[in-house]
This record gives sequence, structure tokens and C-alpha cells, in this order.
Amino acid sequence: MEIPEQEFLAPGHRGCAGCGATVAVRLALKMLGPNTVAVSSTGCLEVITSQYPETAWEIPWIHVAFENAAAVASGVERALKSQGKDDVNVVAFAGDGGTADIGFQALSGAMERGHNIIYICYDNEAYMNTGVQRSGATPYGASTTTSPAGKKSFGEDKPKKNLPMIMAAHGVPYVATASISYPEDFMKKVKKAGETEGPAYIHVHQPCTTGWGYDPSKTIELGRLAVDTGAWILYEIVDGEFKVTYRPLQRKPVNEYLNAQKRFKHLADEEKEKIQNYVNQVCAELKI
Amino acid sequence: MTVKIGTVKEPGSSKMNKTGSWRTFRPVLDEEKCIDCENCFLFCPEGCINKENEIDYDYCKGCGICAEECPVKAIKMERD
Repeated sequence: MEIPEQEFLAPGHRGCAGCGATVAVRLALKMLGPNTVAVSSTGCLEVITSQYPETAWEIPWIHVAFENAAAVASGVERALKSQGKDDVNVVAFAGDGGTADIGFQALSGAMERGHNIIYICYDNEAYMNTGVQRSGATPYGASTTTSPAGKKSFGEDKPKKNLPMIMAAHGVPYVATASISYPEDFMKKVKKAGETEGPAYIHVHQPCTTGWGYDPSKTIELGRLAVDTGAWILYEIVDGEFKVTYRPLQRKPVNEYLNAQKRFKHLADEEKEKIQNYVNQVCAELKI
Repeated sequence: MTVKIGTVKEPGSSKMNKTGSWRTFRPVLDEEKCIDCENCFLFCPEGCINKENEIDYDYCKGCGICAEECPVKAIKMERD
């Protein structure tokens, strides 16, 4: 796979050293190319790329509010269409908070209306920008500032909301999960999403050094561990047809993933076992 | 085109902000060992390593992902 060298997200942005979100955006934009308009919800990505009066974006980019990335993208798509510009990619980048919680109704509406947009959720599993508060996408057992581990709590007590499947239930033509640690898989999916007529949704898993608690050099390694343990599964749903796009040769114990992060450090063996059992169950259903 | 308040018209102007000053450890490439796998280019959060494996130290924050992901250990992190 030939990967373009040209960058559409400039350096000098204020992402933490080892930021996974910017890796996701860099790789996605390489596939979409210069003829693209990007939209962001409020979140890490918006804050780190738009320190007024500077911008890290090399393409037109717009931010309005936390809850409406999908609505803004819908409007941009419709405006371009009315000008006869049908060949422009409109991509929305929103975090897991801006997707699973705050931006959910706008996203659901955009999917329902069938806009020709690409919506990429960069999922770091909590509100990292404001100091690691839990979101609907925070996994079971993770300690965040609003699901803190302590005497009366073992961390997040709800399972991760299954956003990609909720999007698939809208009947949109393209839904995929991805990981920044499997860049070719991710970029192929972005390319497909760009070629799709109608709404495409990609949910890309990206470790966060600050919120998850690990050395910044391990961002890619952590993402890989999530996939190799079965804690995060790579698949796509094209016109309703489900396909797993990567199967680890041998699934690693989920403890290897959990133990590498501070947010799971407090978990008792029985909680870790619960997580392993849950992963086993999901993987058995998908024959991974 | 008129640019109103709240818009930034210079694309990629974050380049004015040299994040290399954040760095404590600097990645140093041993070109003899390099096999051009492009992992460092792909995984750099700054996008400051090109396909010729040149590292732009003006922006490198020293996260160490390139060294960690190098399959032949051609990149070493050295104290800046």
C-alpha cells in the first residue's frame, strides 16, 4: 500500500508527547487528500490544533460546539452540494465523549438523513481534554476522575457503549472499527469510507498516555495489545455485511493489556477475570 | 475572500510553535541499521519524520514512539 508523504496536519500542535489522536488524524487525512473539509467537535483534537491565531490544519477546518460535529458536517456537505461541488470529502473528527454522549443526537440524525459524510470517532475512552472524566465509551473497570477507584468503587462499573454497532443499526452503508496501531487496516477503511456514497462511520481506538497512564513511547504498543488480546476488535460492516478484518494468530491474555496501564492498576483479580470472560465471550461469538 | 474575526487563514501556521523545546530525550537514527520500514514515519504523532527518515528536531517532542516501534532498534533515545 502506497502511503502519501504529504501531511495535512502540521506539527507545532499542542498534543501531548505520544498523542494517539494526532496519529489517527494524520493517517486518515493522508487517505482523504487535499480535497477535504474537516469538522471537529470540542475535545482534545480541537484544542490542540487550534491555538488562536494558529491552526495545525492544512485543509479547511471548522469547529462549532461539542454536540454538533455531525450536524455541522451535514451542513457543510449540503452547502458544497448546492454549489455543485460533489467531489469534496467532508470528514468529522470527534472524540468518544463528543460521539457516545454529547454529540450523539446530532450524529444519529446525520446518519438517519443519509448525508455523504465520513464520521471518525477517535476513541481514547474518556474526556481527556478536561481531565479524564468517564464517557459512555470508558471500559469496565477503568479508573477516571468521575469513576475513581477507591474504597467504595473499583472504577467504571458500566460496560463500554457499543457505538459502532449502534451506528450499524442506523443502516448506513459503511461502518468500521480500527486502531492506530494497525495503520494499513485503518487507512484502507478510511479510503473505503471516502468512496462510500452516503454516511460512513469509523471508530478508531487510540491509546492516551495522559489518561490511561503509561509511558508516551508505548502508545502504539498499547493499541496493539488491545487488539491482540481481543479487548478491541477490528471489523467492518459494508452494506450490512459484517467481516472481521484482523484476527490475532493467538489471542494474548487480557491482563497483558490491563496491567500495562495505571487506570486498571487497582483492579482485583476477580474483576480482571470478569473482563477476560467478557472478552472471551465476544471473541467466541466472532470466532477470534 | 474576507476573513472575519474567529477565523485563521494561514493553513498549518502552528509550525510557528516549535515544540522541540518540550523534549528531554532526542531520537537518533543509525542509518546503517535502518531498513526503511516507515514505522517511524507512520506512527509519529507530530508527523515530523519524513519518508527519508529525517527527524525534524524543531518539532519532535521526544515521545520515543519511533524508537519503540523500530523493528531493528535503529533509533536510540539520547538525553538532549
